[in-house]
Amino acid sequence: MDKIQSLYEALTKVDGFIYPNELALNWDMLIVMYPYITGLVAGAFILASLNRVFDIKALRPTYELSLLTALSFMLVATMPLITHLGQPLRFYEMLITPHLTSAMAIFGFVYLWYLMVVLLLEIWFDYRYDMVIWSREKKGFMKFFYKALTLWVSDTSPESRKTDEKIGYFITVVGIPSAFLLHGYVGFIFGSIKANPWWSTVMMPVIFLFSAMVSGIALVMFIYMVVSYLRKQKIDMNALDTIAKYLFYILIIDFTLESLDQIHRIYEADESFDILKILVRGKLFFTFFIMQIGVGVVIPLATLGFLQFKKPRVRIRKLIYWIISICVLVGIFYMRWNVVIGGQLFSKSFYGFTSYKVNLIGGSDVTLSLLWFIVPFFILAFLLWLLPPWKKAPPIEIPEE
Amino acid sequence: MPLQVKRLLLVFAIFIGIMLVLKYVLTPDSWREYGPYRGNAIGEIASQQAKYVQKESCADCHDSIAEIKSRGEHINLQCEICHGPGYQHVDDENFKMEITKNSTLCLQCHTMNAASPKNIIKQIDATEHNEGEECITCHNPHQPWL
Repeated sequence: MDKIQSLYEALTKVDGFIYPNELALNWDMLIVMYPYITGLVAGAFILASLNRVFDIKALRPTYELSLLTALSFMLVATMPLITHLGQPLRFYEMLITPHLTSAMAIFGFVYLWYLMVVLLLEIWFDYRYDMVIWSREKKGFMKFFYKALTLWVSDTSPESRKTDEKIGYFITVVGIPSAFLLHGYVGFIFGSIKANPWWSTVMMPVIFLFSAMVSGIALVMFIYMVVSYLRKQKIDMNALDTIAKYLFYILIIDFTLESLDQIHRIYEADESFDILKILVRGKLFFTFFIMQIGVGVVIPLATLGFLQFKKPRVRIRKLIYWIISICVLVGIFYMRWNVVIGGQLFSKSFYGFTSYKVNLIGGSDVTLSLLWFIVPFFILAFLLWLLPPWKKAPPIEIPEE
Repeated sequence: MPLQVKRLLLVFAIFIGIMLVLKYVLTPDSWREYGPYRGNAIGEIASQQAKYVQKESCADCHDSIAEIKSRGEHINLQCEICHGPGYQHVDDENFKMEITKNSTLCLQCHTMNAASPKNIIKQIDATEHNEGEECITCHNPHQPWL
């Protein structure tokens, strides 16, 4: 939060009438990164579950990649929050003093549940057999490391693999509502703030959930293409087309839900509507109409819709998918921006605005936000080196009982 | 029960055990005494030394200034609004209370501001009204003439 030195300086940031405590934004760009990164986790996981639970076989090549992507971003998901705290070293107090009077106090448990019980377990059961094999092939520290990862269980019998497969399936089934819980929870944090008409809607958790799926699927699509390019491997176009198809479907649902929310707001036109109208047409014009709707929804929807009917050559299709995945990722970032920053720009008196300027370097702005977005890619690179999906043994077939 | 499940349960049991130990060791003593916060916090905050001593304490020694001030427009203002907290000066009279003498301090209240009532707080445009001059050259802050 910037320190305001004088009244004159303060007044340069203000339009109309605002209350003194609304002058500086308490939640800055790091808080934009928090729902963004968490959404990528939930979305990537949902894509993995499409393969495992809903048995969409075309998505098999991206299954492990989706899970490892979800894990890489999950490990960083709390960092924007912790670095945004005035007292970062006190973050653990949330875990040792649980209570139900604040939605924010629950996050540690929602996070731990999803990380420990869903993601880590699913990846562990999925890779357990391979880690045993790798521990036998490697020497020295890596041998020990893989052994430690298997918890010194060296059973490679078909029965043990079947058990892994069954439990893994069960965890994915539990994981779907858990992913919904994780990101629905993030939406709830905003949707439950009744004093803020831009946030306070029961639709918020659902909108957050679907935008999370959209962004997570786009991220896996992007990463799959980049990883295949770096490994000089041929991209499985069937998988890519299927991902694009699901991206298209979920984007339609996401856009419908967001439109429904806005139409409801416009038709209801309650006392906050005038200020929100000025907000959206003014301060949020670029981020809302151009970036969120234009770049994030209209361009991807039109392009992916076109691709459902007419399939250009593979080379062109790949390029289109690559660009669309970036468009969607940018669009969803601006969606988070419009929610978090937009909700703080107007006065709760409904008579004025404050302004927000991102600092390139400083306590908690662009540099730090960018860092927490880049770090997961390094974690992912490490995980792909440690647990390469392309070196896994083929899955064991479980006969129908 | 398969071996890998047994091992995992063991790991989870250890993890939960560590969390419970940490919770036991790190939870503040008076947590939940009244509600979801440290009960001792109330006493700790109450036992802190008050930093503002109120104008009556100032008037005990500075009675002549208090008398001038009681006849001026600033009668209802606490001395410490301009002079800052007086607790150290009350304990030790050699402790000087520094005060900004330039116009910045005065302008915190008296700068032109459409949102504040002009009939109650007199306002000037600092860019036109003797820019750069100290207000106290002409105005006595204890009994400002208007």
